Amino acid sequence: MKSLQQCAAGRILIIDGAMGTMIQRYKLQEADYRGERFKSHHCDVKGNNDLLNLTQPDIIAAIHREYLEAGADIIETNTFSSTSIAMADYDMQHLAYELNVAAARIAKAAAAEYTAKNPEKPRFVAGAIGPLNKTLSLSPDVNNPGYRSVTFDEVAAAYTEQVKGLVEGGVDILLIETIFDTLNSKAAIYAIKQYFRQTGQPELPIMISGTITDASGRTLSGQTLEAFYISVMHAHPFSIGLNCALGGQQMRPYIEELSQIAGCYVSCYPNAGLPNAFGEYDEQPEDTAHIIEDFAREGFVNIVGGCCGTTPDHIRHIADHVKQLTPRPLPRQEAALAS
Amino acid sequence: MSTTEINKDTLNGTLVIQPYLRLSGLEPLVVRPETNFINIGERTNVTGSKKFARLIREGQYEEALSVARQQVENGAQILDVNMDDALLDGEKAMTTFLNLLAAEPDISRIPIMIDSSKFSIIEAGLKCIQGKCIVNSISLKEGEDKFIEQAFTCKSFGAAIVVMAFDEHGQADTLEKKVSFSHRAYKILTEKVGYDPQDIIFDPNIFAIATGIEEHNNYAVDFIEATRQIKQLMPLTRVSGGVSNISFSFRGNDVVREAMHSVFLYHAIKAGMDMGIVNAGMVQIYDEIEPQLRELCEDAILNRREDATERLITFAETVKAKGKVLEKDESWRNGTVQERLSHALVNGITDYIEADTEEARQQYPRPLDVIEGPLMDGMNIVGDLFGSGKMFLPQVVKSARVMKKSVAVLTPYIEAEKQKLIEEQGGQIKSAGKILLATVKGDVHDIGKNIVGVVLGCNGYDIIDMGVMVPAEKILQTAREEQVDIIGLSGLITPSLDEMVHVARELKRQQFDIPLLIGGATTSRTHTAVKIAPEYEHGVVHVLDASRSVTVTGSLLNKALKKNFLEEVKGEYTRLNDNFRNKRPAKQYLSIADARRNKTPIDWKGYTPVKPRQLGVQVFQDYDLADIAQYIDWQPFFIAWELHGKFPQILEDSVVGQEATRLYNDARAMLERIISEKWLDAKAVIGLFPANATGPDSVRVTPAGSDQPMQLEFLRQQVKKAPGQPNFSLADFIAPEDTGLQDYMGAFAVTTGGGIEKWLEKFKADHDDYSSIMLKALADRLVEAFAELMHERVRKEWWGYASEEHLSNEELIKEAYSGIRPAPGYPACPEHTEKYKLFDLLDATNNTGITLTESLAMYPAASVSGWYLAHPDSKYFGIGKIEKDQVEDYAQRKGWTLEEAEKWLRPNLEYDM
Repeated sequence: MKSLQQCAAGRILIIDGAMGTMIQRYKLQEADYRGERFKSHHCDVKGNNDLLNLTQPDIIAAIHREYLEAGADIIETNTFSSTSIAMADYDMQHLAYELNVAAARIAKAAAAEYTAKNPEKPRFVAGAIGPLNKTLSLSPDVNNPGYRSVTFDEVAAAYTEQVKGLVEGGVDILLIETIFDTLNSKAAIYAIKQYFRQTGQPELPIMISGTITDASGRTLSGQTLEAFYISVMHAHPFSIGLNCALGGQQMRPYIEELSQIAGCYVSCYPNAGLPNAFGEYDEQPEDTAHIIEDFAREGFVNIVGGCCGTTPDHIRHIADHVKQLTPRPLPRQEAALAS
Repeated sequence: MSTTEINKDTLNGTLVIQPYLRLSGLEPLVVRPETNFINIGERTNVTGSKKFARLIREGQYEEALSVARQQVENGAQILDVNMDDALLDGEKAMTTFLNLLAAEPDISRIPIMIDSSKFSIIEAGLKCIQGKCIVNSISLKEGEDKFIEQAFTCKSFGAAIVVMAFDEHGQADTLEKKVSFSHRAYKILTEKVGYDPQDIIFDPNIFAIATGIEEHNNYAVDFIEATRQIKQLMPLTRVSGGVSNISFSFRGNDVVREAMHSVFLYHAIKAGMDMGIVNAGMVQIYDEIEPQLRELCEDAILNRREDATERLITFAETVKAKGKVLEKDESWRNGTVQERLSHALVNGITDYIEADTEEARQQYPRPLDVIEGPLMDGMNIVGDLFGSGKMFLPQVVKSARVMKKSVAVLTPYIEAEKQKLIEEQGGQIKSAGKILLATVKGDVHDIGKNIVGVVLGCNGYDIIDMGVMVPAEKILQTAREEQVDIIGLSGLITPSLDEMVHVARELKRQQFDIPLLIGGATTSRTHTAVKIAPEYEHGVVHVLDASRSVTVTGSLLNKALKKNFLEEVKGEYTRLNDNFRNKRPAKQYLSIADARRNKTPIDWKGYTPVKPRQLGVQVFQDYDLADIAQYIDWQPFFIAWELHGKFPQILEDSVVGQEATRLYNDARAMLERIISEKWLDAKAVIGLFPANATGPDSVRVTPAGSDQPMQLEFLRQQVKKAPGQPNFSLADFIAPEDTGLQDYMGAFAVTTGGGIEKWLEKFKADHDDYSSIMLKALADRLVEAFAELMHERVRKEWWGYASEEHLSNEELIKEAYSGIRPAPGYPACPEHTEKYKLFDLLDATNNTGITLTESLAMYPAASVSGWYLAHPDSKYFGIGKIEKDQVEDYAQRKGWTLEEAEKWLRPNLEYDM
């Protein structure tokens, strides 16, 4: 079977679309979220999508299958908020490790099923590591800009626990995504590097995906795209890219810039356009696919897919449109200065 | 620094990533072979700066930040931060300072160097920095194991590292040791830790020379030579050092120290030194060092004479450290006249423009050549800089002022020549195109239009500016007579949108075929696409702001681009139009009867209206501008100039901050003159009247001393709201008649536009658009401030329902007070003609000189009017779209036909007419 690296060298890889958008379609109620096990949990848990890994594993598996069916090479675990810090919102911080293991297993089983169907197209599971609801570079208190609601050590510890769960659950890739504060992502990189160094296991490939929040072209924590890339280069990532906040159209100049500076593969999974006045995403699958196709034709990308508002239909269209196109060639890393 | 430090090296089409040292703050810093010496700011160091140490010890972090800011402003490209002080909790101080630094984008845009001899402080620092920073330093001082462990930590944070030339036995003090210690560290780092060589920076120790101790005399030479050898041996690494050490023995004598620093750097940089910790203000320009002193420094640094130290000391005693005076740099005056004109244009300097223009005129065969040659060259640079975001609008307007002044000098000569040439060959000024600009009929707002005129003028277009309140037929007539290439329409109030549609229809009817540009605050791409573009097929383009106008006109006037461009726009507008029409049913609307049932729930039984202390109308002439100025909200002022950001933070913005500060200073200076020389006449009229709601959306007001009540008509939100959210109407906030309560309502009209024309004329005569736009923008700010001030006095004095209120200007701007002052024509009461009633109630035209145009715009433009409502639940809201049933009801209330009502309510109609 081909490895991830071999697959990426030969074609543009497809990563899946939104998990939350798909979960919404099930119109789950409080009781569905709780399931049997958390029947008497003391606070509301509706909206805790990651909890569904434990209470509605069949739904999560079904969504994974829809994306695999649509042609995704890489599916993301349902673990965007599965850290002790983010889970504290539901007083479920003690479940973080368990959530990650469960999510990784669900995704892995679904991927294995599809790999078995067609070994020519192996499927991979990326353990999704989200940005947290607390930031290390920004003060939540405007009157006290030096204040931080969390420390680097706390963030690194939370990520370490998540990484351990994901790796033990069997993921193939670790994906640090939707990065709006580079320091948070540096804590995740730190956690990953320390975890593999301490356990002595070979490192899994790392995908890094930042978020440019608006037309300023900067991350929420104020960095330009190149500054962001330089700040995370030490992860020696498998890929660097952008996701969320913008639609493909708005993302274009930044993806183009990344493609010109990145020493590794470039990924891009935008939202389905910008939200309309009602906060809904209404970019149609074929429109998203056209935008992504343009990126592929220009040679900007290696891994493409969707974020908020995208559906298996979007992924199917994207996969269709880029299937004949060649991926961005991996740059040559010079080891010496030209004299 | 540009954000596109893109490495575009390619080899056979494959991107090549060079092994450069790459650092980052908010912005990248890539150290390439051609990169000049990098200054590392040194004043944020408690061991090096007494002032900084005191500030940190006393916890005065605000001021400590200003030390950092100064370093950046003085050109530091990396900021060294050191908190090694026995009296300090170093880890805590490092954390606090770096966290605060992260909130200052103008400082944190550059990379940080965490400087400490305690590794725990370095680790604390690493945990606060999002960018790729430098650790300064680690070394083999405590053995290989410790060194490796620390290096691993630095690597997992992605930091570059400075390695000091130490080993287990001490510091390297000879050339041979400096090189061999560095090489040993290099091998460990690259082979055992896996460090990228380009992330390693060596500091081979700069020691003081000329100390009187003979062994010290060769220290500078050793450093320079070690640098050369390290760079040869390990070419990807970098060399850094603390420069001021070299002159340590001349403390207190800055003249000598600065000279030594620059001589040392001159030689060390040639040998390969890449960066250094330097006080940028403490380096003399090498070529400008007094020759004798330079010679003495060279002798000492290069250890060329045995008596070098003595001779330098002797010399040092003869010089007194003199304070440097910041002088205006006038060196550009030495250039050729072409260079001078270009410099003046790019920098907006009018001081010498007349003389320079005259000089150029005498050099060129024809006066026109001066315009087409050096002036256009200069303006092209301005255009390029503006286009690429390196110049900002206020600077461009200043450049235009220079241009206009210069052209004014040439005009008489051109005219004379024209007269002479007119029979022979017709001496026309070649122009990129002719553009007609006008604010449409019924509207008086023109700041944005004038800016567009200036910007386009800078780009070589002939501008025919027809001013304000221009009727469609006059626009068309002029367009025909002058054979213009493009027509640009501007407007700010909502009725102007209709007038623009009207102009478009007229263009079609009269078979024009030139493109039409649409701009102004209420215009939008969607409105243009849905309402204007379908009326005229030869190109209708919405232009968001002045900077876009250049590319749009450029595309339209280029034959090769025009067709494609227009087709693209057309396609986009068709899509917008379709989207707009398809999306329409998305919102649900209530019938007006249901909307009225869902009115604001106010418990009138528990409410006693406050009777105003002074009912009736009061007039204020010649109000003190100084009082008004204290109420200014500056934020919209910057928006008028297309500088976006929050005030006052915008003054320190990393991109536009410098220009915003300059603009602000210019504005304050003009404001002072406006006040002290009474340029403007501030007048106000206010009135407070008994009032009651007489219907769901109607309010009856009884003017003072009259038994002829006046009926005001309001509109109500009709969109279906979330449960618990009322459908607002302003009438909800006035006690209904049947409650038996006597309620009150007020009205006001204020202006600060009196007397402005005289000054605008003067600026026009001076070709000074900058001051003209500035004055208008300030008059706008003043009248808004005036409205704020009068509202406060109404609340506290004349109505008196909030006599205990104490609010700061910021709180006023945030509308933290009780009660509102909505203006007819704005979202809560969008129908403009109610303004007639407001003016009647106040006799506003007689009392203030403000007149109303046929579109109900107020003239002078710097005028504001509105209602006062006092109920504590009253709030601002937008009516949004309304349905036909309400329009019919409103028409009936106003005594209008349905058509009249639809005409005035058009922007609010939910349905197609």
